[in-house]
Amino acid sequence: MSDTTAPTRTVAVVSAGLSQPSSTRMLADQLAAATRDALTERGVRVELPVVEVRDHAHAVVDHTLTGFPPAGLEPVMTTLTSADGLIAATPTFNASYSGLFKTLFDLLPEDALTGVPVLIAATGGTPRHSLVLDHALRPLFSYLRAVVVPTGVFAGPDDWAGGAAEGLLRERINRAATELADEVARRPPRRPTDPFALPASFEELLGRGGQS
Amino acid sequence: MLGYIAARTERLLLSTATTLITTNDPVKIAEDYAMLQHLAGGRVDLMLGRGNTPPMYPWFGQDIRNGIPLAIENYALLHRLWREDVVDWEGRFRTPLQGFTSTPRPLDGIPPFVWHGSIRSPEIAEQAAYYGDGFFANHIFWPPEHTRRMVGLYRQRFEHYGHGAADQAIVGLGGHVFMRKNSQDAIREFRPYFDNAPVYGHGPSLEEYMAQTPLTVGSPQQVIDRVLSFREYVGDYQRQLFLIDHAGLPLKTVLEQLDFLGEIVPVLRAEFARLKPPHVPEAPTRASLKAARDAAATEVER
Repeated sequence: MSDTTAPTRTVAVVSAGLSQPSSTRMLADQLAAATRDALTERGVRVELPVVEVRDHAHAVVDHTLTGFPPAGLEPVMTTLTSADGLIAATPTFNASYSGLFKTLFDLLPEDALTGVPVLIAATGGTPRHSLVLDHALRPLFSYLRAVVVPTGVFAGPDDWAGGAAEGLLRERINRAATELADEVARRPPRRPTDPFALPASFEELLGRGGQS
Repeated sequence: MLGYIAARTERLLLSTATTLITTNDPVKIAEDYAMLQHLAGGRVDLMLGRGNTPPMYPWFGQDIRNGIPLAIENYALLHRLWREDVVDWEGRFRTPLQGFTSTPRPLDGIPPFVWHGSIRSPEIAEQAAYYGDGFFANHIFWPPEHTRRMVGLYRQRFEHYGHGAADQAIVGLGGHVFMRKNSQDAIREFRPYFDNAPVYGHGPSLEEYMAQTPLTVGSPQQVIDRVLSFREYVGDYQRQLFLIDHAGLPLKTVLEQLDFLGEIVPVLRAEFARLKPPHVPEAPTRASLKAARDAAATEVER
């Protein structure tokens, strides 16, 4: 039973695939659906807004150059900085996340993902890329002080072939989604941070001069 | 240089944008600008900033991570040096002072009016509000919404600290412009500079950038209309600065921009004066600060 008075939670879904259709987006969608199911089972209502990085490619680069988000990118940044959880999926390019994927996360203000549960996922052209999860994605989100759930999901050509997504990949997706749902459900809803809020009263700021 | 200008002029108000309160010794600032007051007959105010160029801090033995604490501690000392004849002081960043008198004393005992400049640090808006000083929002290179929030915070805290109503707080804004008689000529001439300038170039188009920031490239009338629209998100404000030497423009072009400025400033002054409600003050000058002090003294005598 869903508690109708509890606030709806938000799990942002970032997909950095470039082609259309994109296997990265397919993986992200399956993770999103499994996360929705797992949270619904726990009585938590959830919204899963999808950020297609390709749609914002120019805006992302403009932001790095100007220091402020272009009008269209601002809602995306708000989604990422206020979500209760995050599913982050990227293709593997030259043994790492794609440059656009990283550039998007480079734009986040300090502490934007601190304590936020994150499910990491990647796609690649060969199963030998699967370590991208633990060599590239996990350190990135650890640095951002996010709580990365233990199961990351990598999908290669074998996983998509012949309906294999219903087999081992499905199992990994469900396990990862369950871990993410547990982390999201046991946390209080996230309160948006205000970049214009004062960190301390002025008397405190004045007094701090002599210490530390 | 301001001393030289003071000697050659009679009416110009001399100010700075910005004097670095982080890497300059507050004792030196106190004495230099008090001296300038005497040379300029009080035609002086001072705009303080932190400086956001990381390599600059180590040149002066400082660390950019201490930018905010330096600005707060140094200004607290500067504020006292101008108001107390003898100062005992000890802080975190500067060698202590014992029985120190900053000389010369401010002209007529009235320190220069101070503006605190900032792009995005709420602590600096708070600092300006705490002292009842002016707040200068950088404004340029940023979306209006950002400036609206910073100025809103300053106004609200100015009232909180009892210096007057929020709409009586003293606000200044930056702006960046390029003018030609016809707007098409202005756009055509400025575009290659915009497209290749380190601060603007290779990102959004000139048109996108003009829509998202206060940058205005066009005819003098377009600049007037744009500047008058800033009031809509910061309220009635007291000072507008213009960046006209930017993007690598040649000197001759910059001097032509100065001529255009001569054309629009009288119009802007008249319009700002007409639009401003009577209870919103002008930016303080030596004359107004002296009159206020004398009135307060008379009040006390009674």
